[in-house]
Amino acid sequence: MTAVEEVPTELGGVAVMQVTLRIKRMNPEGTGDHAPGEDYWEEFHLEAHATDRVLDALHKIKWEQDGTLAFRRSCAHGVCGSDAMRINARNRLACKTLLKDLNPAKPILVEPIVGLPVEKDLIVDMEPFFASYRKIMPFLMPAGPAPERERLQTPAQRERFDDTTKCILCAACTTACPVFWTDGQYFGPQAIVGAHRFIFDSRDEGQWDRLEILNDTAGVWKCRTAFNCTEACPRGIEVTKAISEIKHALNTGEI
Amino acid sequence: MAAPELSHPLPSTRKRLTPAHRWWWKFQRISGVVLVVLLFAHLFYNLVLGDGVNQIDFAFVAGKWAAPLWKWWAFALLVLAMLHGMNGMSYLVGDYARSQRTRRFLNALLGAATAVIVVLGTLVIFTFDPCPQGADASLLPSFCAEVGK
Ligand code: HEM
Ligand code: FES
Repeated sequence: MTAVEEVPTELGGVAVMQVTLRIKRMNPEGTGDHAPGEDYWEEFHLEAHATDRVLDALHKIKWEQDGTLAFRRSCAHGVCGSDAMRINARNRLACKTLLKDLNPAKPILVEPIVGLPVEKDLIVDMEPFFASYRKIMPFLMPAGPAPERERLQTPAQRERFDDTTKCILCAACTTACPVFWTDGQYFGPQAIVGAHRFIFDSRDEGQWDRLEILNDTAGVWKCRTAFNCTEACPRGIEVTKAISEIKHALNTGEI
Repeated sequence: MAAPELSHPLPSTRKRLTPAHRWWWKFQRISGVVLVVLLFAHLFYNLVLGDGVNQIDFAFVAGKWAAPLWKWWAFALLVLAMLHGMNGMSYLVGDYARSQRTRRFLNALLGAATAVIVVLGTLVIFTFDPCPQGADASLLPSFCAEVGK
C-alpha cells in the first residue's frame, strides 16, 4: 500500500511535451482531397505527457481532432495483440511504446504493418496471416482417450516450449519479415512459432503432421535467418531460434 | 450465430521439400563455413604477408600457382563461391520472380553463367603457363630462368 502512496499524484509532476505524429492514411471510399484507396501522410500536433504511449496519442487524435482515424486496439495493455503497427519504421505495439522513447523532437511516423492488404488507415486485413496460422493446426492433438484429470507434464517439459506460448498473434514478426513481403506464399514466422508451441509440447502427438506442413517449400525453408522477427516481437520471443529448432527437427528427424 | 466461413487467400503449394532442396540448403551452410576459411587464408596470404598488396603482380600469382596447394585452393574457392553464390541468388529469384516462366528463365541464366565461369576459371587455373614464351623476363617469376625459357 505504501508503494501506491509514494507515486506523485498531481499531473504537474509528469513532463508535458509537444509531439507530432505523421500517420499514413488510406480511405477506401476516398476523402475530399484523396481518391479512394490512395494512401497519404497526415500530420497531427498534440500535447502529450512523458508517460503517454503512441496508443494514447492515437486516442487523443481520434477523440479530439479527427474521428475518422481508424486503428485497432482492444486491451490497450499489450495482451490482445490488436495494435501492431509500424512506428518509426519498426513494428511495435502502439500500447507498449512510450512517446518519450521515440525522440519526440521529430515527427513520429506511424504506418500500418507491411505485407497485408490495408483496409483503412492503420487497419490491415489479417486474414492471410490467420490462414497461415490455421494451416499448422494450432490445437492440442493428443493420442489415446482423454484422461480423467489434466495431462501431466514436468516443469522441464513445460519449459521446452515456454517461449513460444507467449505469442499474442499481433503479426509484428510476420509483417517484419522480408521474405513475407516479397513472397506471397510464405507462412511467415508467426505460424512457425505457433507450430513450435505444439511440436515441442510433450502432451501433443501431432508433431509430424505439423512438421510435414512446415516442410512445404513455402514453409520453414523460406526463412533466411534475417532476425527481423526476433527484433520485432513485442513479447520478446526468440522467433528465429524457434524457427531454427524446427529446421533442426526436420533435418535430423529428432524432436 | 455460426462462425463466418473464412476464405483461404494463401495458395496451398503442397510442394514438399525435395531431397535436392535439402541438399542445397545444407550445402549453402557448409560451403559458407568452408568459404570463411578459404577466403580469409587467401586474403591473409595475398594482402598481409610479405609486402602486402604491393606484391601482387603476374609473377606473384604465377609463383603461387606453381604450388599444387594454391592451385587447389583457388579451385575450391572458385567452385564453392560460384555454387554458393548461384544457389543464394536462386533463393532471391524464388522470392521475387512471380511467374514460373520468369523463375525458370532466370535460374537457367544463373546456371549457365555459373557453368561458364567455373569452366573458364578451372581452365585458367590448371592450364596456366607461368613462363609464357617471349615475355619480358623481369615480369616473370624467378624460376622461369632456371627452367630455361
Ligand atoms: C564468407 C563466407 C560466407 C559465409 C559464411 C556465407 C554464409 C551464407 C549462409 C549461411 C547463407 C544462407 C542464409 C540463410 O538463408 O539463412 C548465405 C546466403 C547467401 N550467400 Fe553466402 N556466405 C559466404 C560467402 C558468400 C560469397 C563469396 C557469396 C557470393 C559469391 C555469397 C552469396 C550468397 C548469397 C547471394 C546468398 C543468398 C542471400 C539470401 O539468402 O538472402 N556468400 N551465405
Ligand atoms: S491493444 Fe491489446 S496488445 Fe495493444
